[in-house]
Amino acid sequence: MRRRTFLTGLGALGAVGLVGCGSKSEGGYKADPDSLQVYSAQHENLTKAWAEAFTSATGIKVQVRKGSDASMGHQIVAEGSASPADVFLTENSPAMTLVERNKLLAPLDEATRRQVPAHLTPSSKSWTSIAARSTVLVYNTAKLDKADLPKSLMDLAAPQWKDRWGCAPGGADFQAIVAGMLAGQGEQKTTDWLNGLKSNARVLQNNIATMKSVNAGEIECGVIYHYYWYRDQAGTKEGSANTALHYFRNQDPGAFVSLSGGAVLARTKKPTEAQRFLTFITSKAGQQVLVDSQSMEYAVGSDVASAPALPPLNSLQAPPVDPFTLNSEKVTELMTDVGII
Amino acid sequence: MSASSDLRDSPAAGYPERVAPRPVVRARRSTRMPWLVVTAAVLVAAVMVLPVLVALGEASASGDEASRLLLRPRTAELLGNTMLLVVLTVPITVLLGCGAAWLVERTTLPGAGTWRTLLLAPLAIPAFVSSYAWTSVLPQVQGLAGAVFITALAYYPFVFLPAAALLRALDQGHLDAARSLGSSGPGAVLRVAMPQLRPAITGGALLVALHLLAEFGVLQMMRFPTFTTAILQQFAVGFSNAAGSLLAAVLVVLCVGLLALEVPLRGRTRIARVGAGARQRPVAYRLGAWTLPASAALAALVGLALLVPLALVGRWLVRAITSGAVAVGPLLAATGSTVGLAVLAGLAASVAALPAAWLLHRYPSRLSTALERVTYLASALPGVVIGLALVTLAVQWARPVYQTAALAVLAYTVLFMPRAMVAWRSGLAAAPPELVEASRSLGLSGFRTLIRVVLPLVLPSALTGFVLVFLATSTELTATLLLAPTGTETLATAFWSASDELDYVASAPYAAAMIALSAPLTVLLRRQIMDQR
Repeated sequence: MRRRTFLTGLGALGAVGLVGCGSKSEGGYKADPDSLQVYSAQHENLTKAWAEAFTSATGIKVQVRKGSDASMGHQIVAEGSASPADVFLTENSPAMTLVERNKLLAPLDEATRRQVPAHLTPSSKSWTSIAARSTVLVYNTAKLDKADLPKSLMDLAAPQWKDRWGCAPGGADFQAIVAGMLAGQGEQKTTDWLNGLKSNARVLQNNIATMKSVNAGEIECGVIYHYYWYRDQAGTKEGSANTALHYFRNQDPGAFVSLSGGAVLARTKKPTEAQRFLTFITSKAGQQVLVDSQSMEYAVGSDVASAPALPPLNSLQAPPVDPFTLNSEKVTELMTDVGII
Repeated sequence: MSASSDLRDSPAAGYPERVAPRPVVRARRSTRMPWLVVTAAVLVAAVMVLPVLVALGEASASGDEASRLLLRPRTAELLGNTMLLVVLTVPITVLLGCGAAWLVERTTLPGAGTWRTLLLAPLAIPAFVSSYAWTSVLPQVQGLAGAVFITALAYYPFVFLPAAALLRALDQGHLDAARSLGSSGPGAVLRVAMPQLRPAITGGALLVALHLLAEFGVLQMMRFPTFTTAILQQFAVGFSNAAGSLLAAVLVVLCVGLLALEVPLRGRTRIARVGAGARQRPVAYRLGAWTLPASAALAALVGLALLVPLALVGRWLVRAITSGAVAVGPLLAATGSTVGLAVLAGLAASVAALPAAWLLHRYPSRLSTALERVTYLASALPGVVIGLALVTLAVQWARPVYQTAALAVLAYTVLFMPRAMVAWRSGLAAAPPELVEASRSLGLSGFRTLIRVVLPLVLPSALTGFVLVFLATSTELTATLLLAPTGTETLATAFWSASDELDYVASAPYAAAMIALSAPLTVLLRRQIMDQR
């Protein structure tokens, strides 16, 4: 019996080992030195679409390394000047700011900056927005009447909203929203609001979970980014059939628009190709790739219309805060002090 | 230390020897550790502890912030949650694991063979897949209760596996002797069988506890904040990773506490037997009227652990196939690299764990205990903490291995070696020292004794360790994202990017592949139970 097991085990080991080795020789367990290395925390479909379009337009090969905003930002900082990355793409701006503060970004080509409206690029000129997403309130149409919707995001801290709404304060997405609030409303109001959140809101793991929770009627409404809802609507509607979106508008903190960033690393060995990549994805053709990818994020390039299902970006009446001077460190501190994270 | 090792080695183990003083020469010989093995164990321990030290160094960089961060109410809340989860879940897994093992191995329960397989099968289902399935069916599954529910169902096989193996190997002669000395039936089990089960149970329970400290996906989905979920949040929003590392330092302290607790709980009971007389096959306990309720209980356990996740993944998969969303090429490529990495990690962890496990078995001492314990530290930390520490280490000191498969395999070894260690330990516990003595006295060197006598005896356990590490590696996400070579897609990273896009239909083939890959391996684990002598 033992001998048989031994042989079975050995056989199984050998078999899986062979499969493993086979894949190793084909897939190649290392980066392609001829390719542009793009570190991307942006959604995979969109990054892939951009990379393919860029390669077919320029003949420059692209290899994408995927990750999430924060850990990828930390990774690039840990890699320092030895980073293999040529280009960095983020979902929100804080991770980009983290890398920028460590002085690891190269100044952006003039050609790229000309393609994006000035208010959507930072004064440092070391990175550009590549897409945008708007804060919205998703609400359950059976549980919450349109007339009873809050006028402002700030209202949700009031006692009458206790246990009625949810959000995902643990993520980078939400942090950007609070940073916007801090810039527009000041520290006292923001702290009060966070305390209200702590006692009123159901804490969920991410935008998707928040939307599903609202859809299932567990809570009446939730704070998310717009495109999760539009994507679900375009697909199975599994997570959003019972819901609608409410845009706060009126320059409310709840109308905050967050920017995805793109930058060239200072120590890249392919500066020309890397700059061309960003010039491409902010160009009309590149932004059209975004629109066609069904990512439902807003295009930021001048003269490119976003997906027709979306209300136009300039109709959202976002608060007049400079997304490049957001004090995310302070936000982390406030959220930590209040005991949310 | 020599006294205890001699007691273990003496044929009449269990009876304290109060006879003549031991010959000094023999005592020296048996306690002198082979330097080669010690060197290997020290090297392994150093490699395992290095990333932990880097993370702790990061934590110390937070300076004055440290006390502010650690002394706030939130920390107390996280500490309470984490400990509550461990204190509730570990006993439940022990109860489920041992209860099921006893029913299957020591009673007249029909269909024992099938139950053995089914009870191990939850190991094939990634816990984050099953918690997603449960939350979509029953949103009420959440918070502490939900977390305990999901983790207990996912982790009880860690106790069931060694408990079943040992219960099967139990010598009925011992129980009969206890009965003949006047002990009741249950009393004999408690006083004779239980002590022998202790190393297996505590080993399994330790794995469960370490897992709970590091678990992220399930707890995030259950909305139950613990240190690990808080660490990932700090990393997600923080501008320095000092705050996250500081919370990780608390986890290390908790882990040290658990490791210290397990040493006395494990006991030193001898399991292997050698000598005159054949081992008696265990006599099955007659269930009688209890057959039906017992079967129903096992069916409920297996049903809860398997049916919901399998049904949901199946439903998504059908939708994926009918809508033509299955990309076969990428799926095969991801499966291939997952298998490759997991095989290498399984082998690496098994080899790396051997020296310390061997020392602990043959030369129990403070040093060997320390060398073994140190290798558990990293496994209580979330993969992202170890991953970032390895990024720092590799970029500064080992550029050529950065973003190669080698570094990813090292990360998996650091994270999952306890699984191999626990398996080795229970395997070695079943290898009688007398055979080693005999081999040595016949002139074989220590190394050749290891190869020719011990390895064949412990191979089934080694295989168990390999499979457990393989299973963990094939579903690992955060360290993989940080360390795997650019362009390498694993099933877990592919599942993650699809599910991150709200696309459960596209993610289904990857979830299904993870389960399909793991299922045959749990059958290998089953053989481990069958082969216990």
